[in-house]
Amino acid sequence: MSNYALECINLNLMFKNHHAVKDFSLQVEKGKTYGLIGPNGAGKTTVLNLLTKVYKQNSGDIFLNGKNTKKMDSTQINRHGIARTFQNIRLFKEMTVFENIVVGLHNNQKYSLFDSIFRTPKYFSEEKKIRERSLKLLSIFGIEDKADCLCKNLSYGTQRKVEILRALATEPLILLLDEPAAGMNSSETMNLFEVINKIKNEFEMMSFIVIEHNMNFIMKICDYIYVLNHGETIAKGKPEEIQNNKEVENAYLGGQYAENK
Amino acid sequence: MKRQNIYSFLISILSLVFGNFIIGSGFISNSYKTVILQIGIYLIASLSLNFTLGYLGEFTLGHAGFLAVGAYTSALLVKNGMNFLIAITISAITSCLVGYIVGVLSSRLRGDYLAIASLGISEIIRIFIVNIEIFGGPKGLKSIPKYSNFLLIYSLVILSFVVFKLIIKSKHGRTIIAIREDEIAVKSLGISTKKYKILAFCVSAFFAGISGALWAGNQGILTPGEFGFMKSVEILVMVILGGIGSMTGSVISTGLLVAFPVIFQIFIPNMNKYRMVIYALILILVMILRPSGIMGKKEFKLKNPGGNENE
Ligand SMILES: Nc1ncnc2c1ncn2[C@@H]1O[C@H](COP(=O)(O)OP(=O)(O)OP(=O)(O)O)[C@@H](O)[C@H]1O
Ligand SMILES: [Mg+2]
Repeated sequence: MSNYALECINLNLMFKNHHAVKDFSLQVEKGKTYGLIGPNGAGKTTVLNLLTKVYKQNSGDIFLNGKNTKKMDSTQINRHGIARTFQNIRLFKEMTVFENIVVGLHNNQKYSLFDSIFRTPKYFSEEKKIRERSLKLLSIFGIEDKADCLCKNLSYGTQRKVEILRALATEPLILLLDEPAAGMNSSETMNLFEVINKIKNEFEMMSFIVIEHNMNFIMKICDYIYVLNHGETIAKGKPEEIQNNKEVENAYLGGQYAENK
Repeated sequence: MKRQNIYSFLISILSLVFGNFIIGSGFISNSYKTVILQIGIYLIASLSLNFTLGYLGEFTLGHAGFLAVGAYTSALLVKNGMNFLIAITISAITSCLVGYIVGVLSSRLRGDYLAIASLGISEIIRIFIVNIEIFGGPKGLKSIPKYSNFLLIYSLVILSFVVFKLIIKSKHGRTIIAIREDEIAVKSLGISTKKYKILAFCVSAFFAGISGALWAGNQGILTPGEFGFMKSVEILVMVILGGIGSMTGSVISTGLLVAFPVIFQIFIPNMNKYRMVIYALILILVMILRPSGIMGKKEFKLKNPGGNENE
């Protein structure tokens, strides 16, 4: 019906009697980057959770490549092309960086339990292939040297990077990033900005939805921005339009944007 | 193969041969012999429980149910003239089928609910056995051929240890551990957690079935009462005490706990009536001093001289 990579129409979600998302609509074109901003508790994370079926909407529809996702669960959503990171980092903390990435590459690894137990040649060739691929992914952020570190021992910023790479490992069409720069220092944030641009150049058809409180970052990286407040979309438009929007400034940007400038 | 693996392999074979020689030679009294065989049987049980509890991270209270299925299947088949190796295999597969059911439940129920449901399943199995004529009812099965000898038991202990290790160090094991770490994240990566939960319970039940089959061939008699709630708890204690998620931990604590009555007898022979009190005190002390078990999540490793850790 449409050639949007992703389209939501009038999503609503209630937590008990708290209306967390109100009539949220969104169109995502291939290869574009979208920002989701708004004050704390605005419902940004909840929108991502709806898109990835952590929660099911009370009403409204989500179309992925024109396909209604009503009957899908989180697993199928990823298989249909959406990968994400989490605001409160959900790495496998007792596992190494390498193992985290490899779990992301799971659906690319084609061997059976039989191959595991009998250590067939297929097991070894697939494991070797996957090791190379994960090192290649780690090289995007230049953190190959961390491959064998346990994730719980990594700095906050590095953990965020690993989580992004793990999501990227599933070869998504759309990547959802929930506050990717949170906990990063300014040089790490610069690095993240460059890397996202690099990924954009490498995978021209990949779309991004980014939640971020760092306004410099969001204004530079996005093609289009949605502003939420109390679950409602109070504004949407190109970064320069949002920057000059009075209502947004009142609700949110005023203090914070001035700080980040 | 890594040099480390070759060493482990050689050590295993040597210990098997040596152990078998010692057991057969008559150096060891019968009561010690019984303990040694029991340790082996319990080892398979606790290793298999550790797979779902420690690696998959699902808490169940019905492990004895798998043992019961394995024990009764094998006992019946062997009594009717089947070769015990085939009978053990069949009983492992039967138990695996029950594991499938628990696996399906674990993908639908969360936390405590699964614990109760698995307890329910093991009780159903026990009541089923009590009420079916061919299983001998409440009186149980008698004169089962005693096919469980040292060599058989410990070969299967090594087999189960190695198979669990191989699975853990593969795509399947990594995914299972990842589910323990964060199930939502695993789902977000396009992986069916249901499939892996079922897989983990099937493998676990498969080996628990073997343990049960060996139990039957070791005791010679079976009564359904043996496979009640307390048996599940006994195995659970072995896993928790050793360290949830550490296979070497399970091995150490299983050895200590099964041998406890004998060790007790040797060191404090006059206090036999306080045995259970001291047993309980030791458990409490370990849990206070080392809340994550004797080994935590760590494994005992043979040092690999000059080699690389990752293949
Ligand atoms: N599982 C839940 N149950 C009940 N209320 C929830 C739940 N998750 C979120 N909420 C509420 O919904 C509202 C939106 O939360 P959400 O996490 O989406 O905000 P956010 O825009 O991501 O904020 P932040 O910038 O702090 O991350 C908040 O008021 C929050 O308290
Ligand atoms: Mg949020």
